[in-house]
Amino acid sequence: MSIVVDGLTKKYGEQKAVNNISFKVETGEVVGFLGPNGAGKSTTMKMITCYMAPSSGDVQLEGMSIHTHPDEIKKRIGYLPENNPLYLDMPIIDYLRFSAEVQGVPGRLIPERIAEMIETCGLEVEKHKQIGELSKGYRQRVGLAQAMIHNPDVLILDEPTTGLDPNQIIEIRKLIKKLGKEKTVILSSHILSEVEATCDRILIINRGRIAADGTSATLRQQAQGQELLTVQIEGAEPNEIRKALLGLASVEKVDEMEGKPGFCTVQSKPEQSSRKAVFDLCVGRKWYLLEMTGIETRLEDVFRELTN
Amino acid sequence: MDKIWIISKRELAAFFDSLIAYVMIILFLGMSGFFTWLFGNNIFLINQASLQVFFGIGFWTLFFFIPAITMRMLAEETRSGTIELLSTKAITDWQIVGGKFLACLLLVMIALFCTLPYYITVSQLGSVDHGGIIGGYLGLILLSAGYISIGLFASSITNNQIVAFLMALFIGIFFQILFDVMGASFRGGLGNALNYLSMRAHFESLSRGVIDSRDIVYFLSITLVGLLFSQSMLSRRNWQG
Repeated sequence: MSIVVDGLTKKYGEQKAVNNISFKVETGEVVGFLGPNGAGKSTTMKMITCYMAPSSGDVQLEGMSIHTHPDEIKKRIGYLPENNPLYLDMPIIDYLRFSAEVQGVPGRLIPERIAEMIETCGLEVEKHKQIGELSKGYRQRVGLAQAMIHNPDVLILDEPTTGLDPNQIIEIRKLIKKLGKEKTVILSSHILSEVEATCDRILIINRGRIAADGTSATLRQQAQGQELLTVQIEGAEPNEIRKALLGLASVEKVDEMEGKPGFCTVQSKPEQSSRKAVFDLCVGRKWYLLEMTGIETRLEDVFRELTN
Repeated sequence: MDKIWIISKRELAAFFDSLIAYVMIILFLGMSGFFTWLFGNNIFLINQASLQVFFGIGFWTLFFFIPAITMRMLAEETRSGTIELLSTKAITDWQIVGGKFLACLLLVMIALFCTLPYYITVSQLGSVDHGGIIGGYLGLILLSAGYISIGLFASSITNNQIVAFLMALFIGIFFQILFDVMGASFRGGLGNALNYLSMRAHFESLSRGVIDSRDIVYFLSITLVGLLFSQSMLSRRNWQG
């Protein structure tokens, strides 16, 4: 089930919460919305799920527009809103049955679906409790279960792991990855490692616009085009080593690392690699190459660069 | 219709789980029973086998009780954010409002059903006017429908239950008594219009057993307008901003 978002805009008064966003999500993709608080992630999700009408623009699910087929679209989407609002006075099973009925799951299939959701989301132990009695982690699972109860083709999860402990976060991520194999998933987060761990593709949203779009690898490359190495060499004076390194054809800059004697960072010229040259240099001069590691640009840096 | 019933079922279960339903029914029976049978101008003093007194009491008791059951309906959903979850499921705003309306109306009807012993008792005391009794109950149900839709509207404009309760009473008091008073002090078209808007006159003619389609149309229109207003308040997120 592909999603096409076209020129989506939402104004709150004069302020544009979402400003002319367009993108496309293919079937089976797991896409992460990444952005600082108030960037427009949730508002975009609210428009895709037909909770709010956009000020202008359109969203199409497999050719159906949110303006003309909201009912059909709602049936195919499972949504977990921010802060996971639930009816706290309802028992889990009753709530799941209610969700299934509202979503139009045929009556005879409902017990089966509930049992499946309880198993998938790991609710077995707590299943007879009221939602209000559950811990935050279990409430989050109930939220996921109600989103998936009608077996939707598209899952939209707004900050699915906020407030969970590290073990629960890992479990939820695993679950999302598993689901992502057959479903289209859009999730939002302001935690970078999370998006990196679960998503095939990342959309960085800032001030209502898309600031970047790509896999975590391509985003890193965009931010840092040049290769960066850490090397540790012994066998000569540090100054001599530095000069020799600078003498290599592919090297642009060599810096000594602070607080680590013997280590230095080597930056190559654009689109060149100095790894082999450094090795050959050491072999030629009979120096000891103790360490050579590539430094990856962290997604944090990309994020900060784009959103600051 | 299916979807409306699913919502109503949940709301009714919530009423009975949270004891609101029992408190409401017991208080309603207590209040109306006390004034009908024991206190003041009670049923024994009028020397007639009729439920007129009860219908007069019910007219006021329901006026106060209905805002208490409707105040939660939409205000609480907005406050807790569950409205977002509900309206992103395959259901329309109209069905949500309709379901909640039906649940409140059913609760009131259950409470009214519990007063059936009044009728049985009175019918043992003498020959009763069945038309008057049917009309009276019909009047109470229609009156409730009107106040429930007003209460839902009040609940849809705020996320605070107390504000919703007071707002419903404030709007309700116009229909309950103020239009009546104002109608008396104006002449001509305006006076007539205000008199027509008052619930009292329509309710009284029904409870005397005069089942006139004009009164029924009046109550149904109030209900429909209230529900349409609630629905458009619920949909305001679409056009806000």
